Amino acid sequence: MFNRFAIVNVRTIGHHTVNGLWRLGYASRFFALILLQSGTSFRRLRLIIRELYFTGVLSLIIILVSGLFVGMVLGLQGYQTLQTYGSESALGVLVALSLVRELGPVVSALLFASRAGSAMTAEIGLMKATEQLSAMEMMAVDPIARVVAPRFWAGVISMPLLAAMFSAMGVFGGYLVGVVLIGVDEGSFWSQMQNAVDFREDIVNGVIKSFVFGVAVTWIALFEGYDAPPTAEGVSGATTRTVVTSSLAILGLDFVLTAFMFRGV
Amino acid sequence: MAHSDNLVEISGLNFWYDKSRPILSGIDMAIPRGKVVSIMGISGSGKTTLLRLIGGALKPRQGQVKVAGKVIHELDRDGLYRMRRRMGMLFQFGALFTDLSVFDNVAFQMREHTDLPEAMIRDMVLMKLHSVGLRGAHRLLPSELSGGMARRVALARAIALDPMLIMYDEPFAGLDPISLGVIGNLIRRLNDALGATSIVVTHDVQESLKMVDYVYYLSEGLIVAKGAPKEMQASAEPLVRQFVYGEPDGPVPFQYPSADYRDDLMLNR
Repeated sequence: MFNRFAIVNVRTIGHHTVNGLWRLGYASRFFALILLQSGTSFRRLRLIIRELYFTGVLSLIIILVSGLFVGMVLGLQGYQTLQTYGSESALGVLVALSLVRELGPVVSALLFASRAGSAMTAEIGLMKATEQLSAMEMMAVDPIARVVAPRFWAGVISMPLLAAMFSAMGVFGGYLVGVVLIGVDEGSFWSQMQNAVDFREDIVNGVIKSFVFGVAVTWIALFEGYDAPPTAEGVSGATTRTVVTSSLAILGLDFVLTAFMFRGV
Repeated sequence: MAHSDNLVEISGLNFWYDKSRPILSGIDMAIPRGKVVSIMGISGSGKTTLLRLIGGALKPRQGQVKVAGKVIHELDRDGLYRMRRRMGMLFQFGALFTDLSVFDNVAFQMREHTDLPEAMIRDMVLMKLHSVGLRGAHRLLPSELSGGMARRVALARAIALDPMLIMYDEPFAGLDPISLGVIGNLIRRLNDALGATSIVVTHDVQESLKMVDYVYYLSEGLIVAKGAPKEMQASAEPLVRQFVYGEPDGPVPFQYPSADYRDDLMLNR
């Protein structure tokens, strides 16, 4: 009895592992195809610009508002802690470094995954379910080149820009709370920030992070949509998986990237 | 030329996903140039699969499909795409691109495959839309169209590049009687006007028998009958009779295979 139970369990584990590996392989092949078929997108920039509007411009409001609030909270919390050590003049440094290094790339990527990523998955999944992708294929137009690749590049381009705007808005939020509301000295707020934030170490690394998150989120979103079973449940399941998988991927990748970037700093 | 008479030639075609349940077995079929040929059969008889094989979306397990003298599954990707530019396909529910207007849907292939100036594309799109009676609707979005109109736009899109072969997957499904007549009429008229060849996969007997030249009747992956529409109507083959006259019971049973009715109701205890 126990033996049979154990065998069933082992078999289930094996099945899930093989399945997971198979999907990973399929997703990697899909990624390679996107890169191979990207020529059309760059020859016809209009395709990417259109998608930039949908993924980037339409995500602006949620990114800017969230950035402002995150910055304001950082201002409040930071002031509370720094004041204990009498170093509230370092508030600008705290706000800027937390945003540029961590919160900017990570939070904006999480928001991007749930706002733009889920929309991409649902759109491509529905295009597949209503045979629009097959129709395109029958018209001798490759859907990966015409539909998927422009969305991928739009995601990859807009992610670092959105993260930068999130950080800028956050710094402004920290300034509002710290300087305007609480009354931290404005000169030291800005000058300490200017001294402490390094372009190479902090800003470039933050941009690299958000670029990597952009690749991961758009890849996951597009793959889930393209691979979704062509039914209502299929598309809704794929949309959920996009948000869950890309959130986990963002946080996991963030740890790995941070470990490499900020060793001994 | 040996292939001049038949645009599509299918020989010894077998297809299956799971070998124990074949979807198409030993199909031999010839579709002559300039004709409208219908492939009929009940749902699940393998009709759509056959269209996908002709379009190169699936590869045959055995046998071959030749279109214009070329074996479809032996073509490389570029060859297949070149072939597909000369094919038009109307999908069951139109499959219009929902983010593009009617005009842009019809212009899609012209913009993708040609370098024609926009003014010429405009003229051609309006001509195609005029031929399906929807020139006035070119600014609408697919979501603003009725089912019949969407089907007509999809038809205009399928003939955008004047294909040699037009394939229709259930063109009559879910249409009201007027739209049904309009689409049936258009299939015939466009085929003759373009000098194309058409394959109509359908289970709408009355509408299609009116306008096709030849019929293949498919059941469980086999061709069980073929002939001109008149021969089909007069056929003594029980399967064809049941299908043509829409009899609820016959060789195709009304009941899905099931256990004994009395047993299921527990009356035999």
